[in-house]
Amino acid sequence: MNNKYEAVIGLEVHAQLLTESKIFCGCSTKFGNPPNSNVCPVCLGHPGVLPVLNKKVVEFAALMGMATNCEIKEKSIFARKNYFYPDSPKGWQTSQFEEPICENGHLDITLSDGTEKCLGITRIHMEEDAGKSIHDLGYDTCVDLNRCGVPLIEIVSEPDMRSPEDAYLYLTKIKQIITYLGICDGNMEEGSLRCDANISIRLKGETELGTKTEVKNMNSFRNVEKAIAHEIERQIEIVEEGGRIIQQTLLWDADHEEVSPMRSKEEAHDYRYFPEPDLMPVVVSEEWKAEIAKNLPELPEARKARFISEYKIPEYDAAVLTTERPLADYYEKVISVTDDYKSASNWVMTDVLKIIKEDKVDITEFKVSPENLGKLINLINNNTISGKIAKSVFPEMLKEDKDPETIVKDKNLVQITDTSAIDGIVDTILDNNPGQVEQYLGGKETVLGFFVGQVMKESRGKANPQMVNETLKKKLEEKRTGE
Amino acid sequence: MSLSKKDIEHIAKLAKLKFTDEEMAKMEPQLNSVLEYMDKLSELDTDNVEPLSHPVENINVFRDDILKDSISTEDALRNAPKRDENYFKVPKVISND
Ligand SMILES: [Zn+2]
Repeated sequence: MNNKYEAVIGLEVHAQLLTESKIFCGCSTKFGNPPNSNVCPVCLGHPGVLPVLNKKVVEFAALMGMATNCEIKEKSIFARKNYFYPDSPKGWQTSQFEEPICENGHLDITLSDGTEKCLGITRIHMEEDAGKSIHDLGYDTCVDLNRCGVPLIEIVSEPDMRSPEDAYLYLTKIKQIITYLGICDGNMEEGSLRCDANISIRLKGETELGTKTEVKNMNSFRNVEKAIAHEIERQIEIVEEGGRIIQQTLLWDADHEEVSPMRSKEEAHDYRYFPEPDLMPVVVSEEWKAEIAKNLPELPEARKARFISEYKIPEYDAAVLTTERPLADYYEKVISVTDDYKSASNWVMTDVLKIIKEDKVDITEFKVSPENLGKLINLINNNTISGKIAKSVFPEMLKEDKDPETIVKDKNLVQITDTSAIDGIVDTILDNNPGQVEQYLGGKETVLGFFVGQVMKESRGKANPQMVNETLKKKLEEKRTGE
Repeated sequence: MSLSKKDIEHIAKLAKLKFTDEEMAKMEPQLNSVLEYMDKLSELDTDNVEPLSHPVENINVFRDDILKDSISTEDALRNAPKRDENYFKVPKVISND
């Protein structure tokens, strides 16, 4: 990026709330049902119907506000945002405008160079989702209204971000918080989390904002970063060539990595908001707020700090383990079985996460239960099996979540810690390899590794490696002194 | 405040309404007389009056997050001028959204 300029970025994030029913009616919010099956006169916008607000939507919105340091307004009201579009059958979207439920929040991000940045949140409001239009089937547009009325919160940031990285980290943080709160599944690909970016550029040191564009249709975290970087470059290029930025909405095309203007309707931005007469004001009393706050879980930052202080694991480990709440829960279940916190962290960060990424499974559906992983770690620590054997037991556990003790017994993998048994194997190996014994006695001590390998092979990996090492050294030294 | 013919055309367009010139000519004084009445109301001193969003004093009318039966897809589509299988079919919308 041309360093004469700085970018000014604000994000509008929509999160679908994980309620059972829609925001104003009892229809299901379930994704993937046959078209127009989760609908009723209320969400179809039939005349004369009365919407009734889902209480959980208010609680979820307030929770998000609390988790992002917002003021939870005592009174908030709904408003009609008027526009005609077939996916919104009423002719307006029920949203909040002048009096949203949350205002003036912020959250902190940590940049890759370690600096912390505080990003403002202007407001969080409640609203309904629109239906889905399918355009690419010939001449007409097909409309499915199942999604119409699914509850959303919109989280509007201050224009505090200055780089694509800022935006990426902010969005990642939002996802982390909503999933910790359990109010949204945070899936951008499926559209349960959506993000639009307002972007402008200006000369460094300038305090006035430049003309902004709005970029939509970025359906993954990486795409958000890419699209914003692309748009900043595009604007700089225009200005450098003496042109002017036109205020417009742009659609990101992820396949071609470019933006194209959305063919906008002339009067699209004249929404004529007014208070929704069918919905009464929402008043969140101090008592109710306290009640809602009881559902506030330990948030990622706090949990990370606790992992470091309570389990004495490195900051890096704590950060990885707390990225998602189910993963942190999994880790804590492992260490309810074993008190080897660092080994547990290693197993979760490497063996568990590797398979989760490869097989694209959810940690909550991971085959190996945290209890059994804890038991496996204990089997290593009490010398029942070696670490190496453990790595071969783990795939067995993945096949079916079997108790590792049973697997070790059934497969006869218990480590040989019996001195006489190890003595016997060591003697055989030394007897069978007189040449290597000569080499060792001649001063080539690296041959020890060869002997260890042979003994381990003979014992099918079951001999305790430390004991094998010691016995080998002892017996070879005995040979040197000619006993 | 008074509305010009252009304002009325704009409002009509937003409301997806079409008027003949004759209707338009009628509309202008009618809407303006409503606005004049509003101007009259604006003469009242409301400095110490909280804006009123709702005429009734009810607050917090909620339902619990409980599923209720939806209607059948057949019933949902019954009023649709056009359908395509289980979808509402509408003329192609211009924007890319
Ligand atoms: Zn409904």
